[in-house]
Amino acid sequence: MKIKARPISGGIADGIAVVSRNPVSFLGDVDPETGEVVDRSSDIFGERISGKIFVFPEGRGSTVGTYVLLQMKKKGTAPAGIIMLESEAIVAVGAIISGIPLVDRPEIDVLEVIENGDSLRIISGKEGWIEIDR
Amino acid sequence: MELTPDEEKLLESDNETVRKCMEILVAIGKIYGAERLVRIESAQISGISYKNIGNAGLEWLESLDAKVKVRSFMNPAGMDVKRWREMGIDQNFYEKQVRIIRALERLGVEVSLTCTPYYLDSPSFGDHLAWAESSAVVYANSVIGARTNRESGISALASAIIGKTPFYGLHIKENRAPEVLVLIDKKISPAIAGYELGKITGSAIPIVEFEKNISNEELKLFGAALAASGGTGMFHAHGITPEWKDFEIPDERIKIEASDARSDCHPDLIAIGCPHASLNELREILKLLKNSGKVKKEMWIFTSRKILEENPEIVEKIEKFGAKVFADTCMVVSPATERFECVMVNSGKAFEYLPKLRGVNVVFGDIKECVRRAVE
Repeated sequence: MKIKARPISGGIADGIAVVSRNPVSFLGDVDPETGEVVDRSSDIFGERISGKIFVFPEGRGSTVGTYVLLQMKKKGTAPAGIIMLESEAIVAVGAIISGIPLVDRPEIDVLEVIENGDSLRIISGKEGWIEIDR
Repeated sequence: MELTPDEEKLLESDNETVRKCMEILVAIGKIYGAERLVRIESAQISGISYKNIGNAGLEWLESLDAKVKVRSFMNPAGMDVKRWREMGIDQNFYEKQVRIIRALERLGVEVSLTCTPYYLDSPSFGDHLAWAESSAVVYANSVIGARTNRESGISALASAIIGKTPFYGLHIKENRAPEVLVLIDKKISPAIAGYELGKITGSAIPIVEFEKNISNEELKLFGAALAASGGTGMFHAHGITPEWKDFEIPDERIKIEASDARSDCHPDLIAIGCPHASLNELREILKLLKNSGKVKKEMWIFTSRKILEENPEIVEKIEKFGAKVFADTCMVVSPATERFECVMVNSGKAFEYLPKLRGVNVVFGDIKECVRRAVE
């Protein structure tokens, strides 16, 4: 299945889906050392996002979150790619400087379609695409 | 977003820094619906303190290789670059902090280390800017009538390197209209009024009527607090700021009369200079000290390196009363504040951030009250 999306940070990424239905702040919600979600109110508390395609609706919180994503990339705990319903500057800039592909505004509500464990590919160039391999 | 052929070329640049900076501006432009980029007159870059950006930020800044296209200023660092030992900063922090400053200097950013760049070189009415420090953003938009969004450190730096910024938000006149009318009672200090108002109005733009005359320094403290507890990028002040007449007065109105934002801790540090003190404020502190005598508690005053160096006689006199005048940093961004229990401030912005960022208790008092408590 192929879903059109808006390219924000360029590149191609493959990985297993990890889906959160809550807005995410990389500062505080995620442990950059382990890549684990440490926010107890999160629906994916305890899951690791490292090397996965991280799917969530929107960002929130401090601009320092940008640097947390960069720190995760350097430690090897960053997600391989990011899909958001609506991106904002904190996560978008973090993805760009860390070289993590990011697409947003998918044509259909991916939170309804993508499930944890799905195999995904993000293609983010002139156009943006999400491929779900089931 | 519509890009000119020259701008398109920057997305294919051989220089990775330029390419990434352009990608950042295009992404932000897309996200916020900008139709194009606009040339800027200056940039102001935040995220300087090693305390905030850590090794990841430091290494990223050191990896960059380009020159800024416009005059660019650095926000305060985590220490006074010369008197860091006296502040209790350790050697490791000092070395990391200096590396951040050098990395930005190499890109052509001035080592201004101040949140009040408008005291160094004031923008003009209508200038487009890419400034990041929230209190400077609100001052530039509101008091000067220049135009800037609330940039992040990285988007401001990207704008500095490209010389342009996405044209959206407060760059566009219609988006600068006030949304709520606010009456500020004369009994309440402007700094704490800004703090209270921000909690109510959030990111909305208020038009404010002050019941008493108000100085530019008080507008500075008001705006800094408003931007810290709320998140707005500007306000209008009835009869005072340059654009207040340009829009219809909103119907929704509120009154700020009093504040319960007091705490009763006993200060072991009195800190003034958030945002950085102006020359007028330094003079006022000196005058108050002359009338009350030597300070008996730790009292720190923060200003810009430029104001400090241009006025050595005032600084020397203030220090003779036992207070310390530091530059390049402030109580909010420096880890030096963390060893105190309770800090008294005349700043609504510091009142908001000190407990959250430095983990200390905080108590508010205006500048007179601060001096009175320092000498008792």
